[in-house]
Amino acid sequence: MDLKDLYRDVIVDHNRSPRNFRQIEPPRHDAEGFNPLCGDKLHVYLRLKQGVIEDISFEGSGCAISVASASLMTEALKGKSEAEALTVFERMHGLLAGSDDNIGDPTELGKLAALGGVREYPTRVKCASLCWHTMKSALTGTATATTE
Amino acid sequence: MSASPLPQSTRPEFAALREDFPILHQQVHGKPLAYLDNAASSQRPRQVIDAVTHYEEHDHANIHRGVHTLSQRATDAFEGARKRIAGFINAASERETIFTRGTTEAINLVAQAYARPRLQPGDQVLITWMEHHSNIVPWQMVCEQTGAKLLVAPIDERGQLRMDEFERLLGPRTRLVAAVHVSNALGTINPVAEMITLAHDRGVPVLLDGAQAVPHGSVDVQALGCDFYAFSGHKMYGPTGIGVLYGREALLEDMPPWQGGGDMIRMVRFDRTEYNDLPWKFEAGTPNISGVVGLGAAVDYLGAIGMDAIAAREQELLAYATERLLQVPGLRPIGTAAHKASLLSFVLDGVHPHDIGTIVDHDGIAVRTGHHCAMPVMEFFGIPATARASFALYNTEEEIDRLAESLLRAREVFA
Repeated sequence: MDLKDLYRDVIVDHNRSPRNFRQIEPPRHDAEGFNPLCGDKLHVYLRLKQGVIEDISFEGSGCAISVASASLMTEALKGKSEAEALTVFERMHGLLAGSDDNIGDPTELGKLAALGGVREYPTRVKCASLCWHTMKSALTGTATATTE
Repeated sequence: MSASPLPQSTRPEFAALREDFPILHQQVHGKPLAYLDNAASSQRPRQVIDAVTHYEEHDHANIHRGVHTLSQRATDAFEGARKRIAGFINAASERETIFTRGTTEAINLVAQAYARPRLQPGDQVLITWMEHHSNIVPWQMVCEQTGAKLLVAPIDERGQLRMDEFERLLGPRTRLVAAVHVSNALGTINPVAEMITLAHDRGVPVLLDGAQAVPHGSVDVQALGCDFYAFSGHKMYGPTGIGVLYGREALLEDMPPWQGGGDMIRMVRFDRTEYNDLPWKFEAGTPNISGVVGLGAAVDYLGAIGMDAIAAREQELLAYATERLLQVPGLRPIGTAAHKASLLSFVLDGVHPHDIGTIVDHDGIAVRTGHHCAMPVMEFFGIPATARASFALYNTEEEIDRLAESLLRAREVFA
C-alpha cells in the first residue's frame, strides 16, 4: 500500500484549498457533524430550490481526508436533486466502507473516486464519511450527525 | 535535515532489555516497529507474559474459596502479588491496596464510596485543567448526585498548574482535591507534594491519578502523603483490565462498600450482612486473578531494573526527542513544562494530527493522535488534537530519528 493511494493529488489539493468553504445565509438547511473520536467538526450548509441543491458549502476543521471529502462533496452535489444527492450518498458509502461487490463502477463517481483509497485504512473511513452523514442530516432535517 | 549533534546514546543495558519484549520484534508496513504510544498502553515483557501463562497453565482456580490445592495456589499467587504491588508503591500495608479494573474504576470507587456519602450541596471538589476525562467525569457525576460543585484550577501556556490559582481555589467548602500526577496529554509532572501540603493544611484530602506516573519513576505513597492514589497495570508493562486504588487505611475503613457481591462479605443473611475486611470489602466478585499475577510480575520486572534508572533513561530519551523534533520545520510542542515525563505532544503546521498518525504508521511508527481523552486541554491550547510520541524504557534514539524523518515526509505529502 502506497501512501499516494490515500493522499492522492486531488485530496491534497482540496485539503490545501477547500472549495465552498463558507456559510450560506438563511433560508438554508444545515447540520453539524462531529467525530468524537478525533474531534473533527464540520458544519454543512445547503440551499434547495424546487428540490435541487442550488448551493452547498461547509466550514469546520479536520484532517486532510475529512476536509477534502467535504470539499469534493460540495462540488459534486451542487445542482443535484435531493434524490440524486442521496443516491450519491449511498454510492459513497459503498466506496468508503462497503464490501468489494457493492462498490459499483467508481469512475461514475468522477473526482469522488479519489477517496477510494480510504477503504484500505479502516481507522480513517469515518474521516471521509463524516461530511456525507452531515449532508444527509442537513437534507433530512436532523441537526447533528455523528460518526460514532 | 542536518545530522543531530547529540550522540547515539542508546545504553547497552537498556538495549538488552528490549529483547525482553517479543512484540517489538516485528515489521509494520515493511519497517521495524517503533512503538511510541506507551502513554496509551505499554508492551509486556516476556517475564509478565510467562507469569500469566504459567498461572493459566498450572495454578488457575477461584481464590479465597476452595480448600483444594489449585485454589490455594491461586490465592497465594493473587495475595502474594498484592503484597509486592503494595511494596512497590510503599503502601503501609496490603490492606490499603485494592484491585480495580484500572485507574478509571479506582477513581469512580472513591467518587462513589468516599465522596458521595460526604458531599453536601454547595461543597466543592477541586480538580485541574489538565485532567484526563477519567478524573473529570466521575466528579461531575458525583456533583450531580449531591449538589456539590466542581472547581477547576487553571494551567499556564506551558501546561503547568497555576499554583497561585490552585491555592486560591482551595476554600472552606473544598472537600476533596483530585489531580493528575503526570499529565497524559502534556507530560507535565505536577508539584504534587506541594499540592498535598496546601490541601492538608486546610484539612482537604487528596486523590492522585498516577496512571502516567507509576511507570516512569519511583512513587512512594507514604512519602507523598496522599490519601488516595490510582494507577493502571497496562501502562506499566502489566496486563489490561487490572489497576490499583491505594487508600489510607483509616479512610478506607470509614467508607461503605462500593459494589456488593461475593468475596466482599463475611456473613450474609437476608436481614443483615457483615462486610469483609480491607481490602476485600472493595473487591466484590471474582477478580481479574491472572491480571493481578501479571501486574505482580510487572512490578518485579520494574523493581529489578530500578525506577530511578528507568526515569533517568527516559529523561535522556525526552531530551533527545525534544531537541530532534524541534528541528522539524513547523513543529510546535504542546506542553513545555519545566518538569516533564517522557512524552512529547505536538502539532505540525499544515498537517493534521490524524494525517501524521497515518503517515508515520506507514514508516512503522506508532504514535497516538487525537485529544488524548483530555478535551479541555485541547480547548485551552485552541487545537482539536495533537500527535503524541510517548517513550518507555525500551525505546531508542534511533526510533526518535526515524520519527523525525517521517515527520519531514509528512510535510512533503502536503507541501
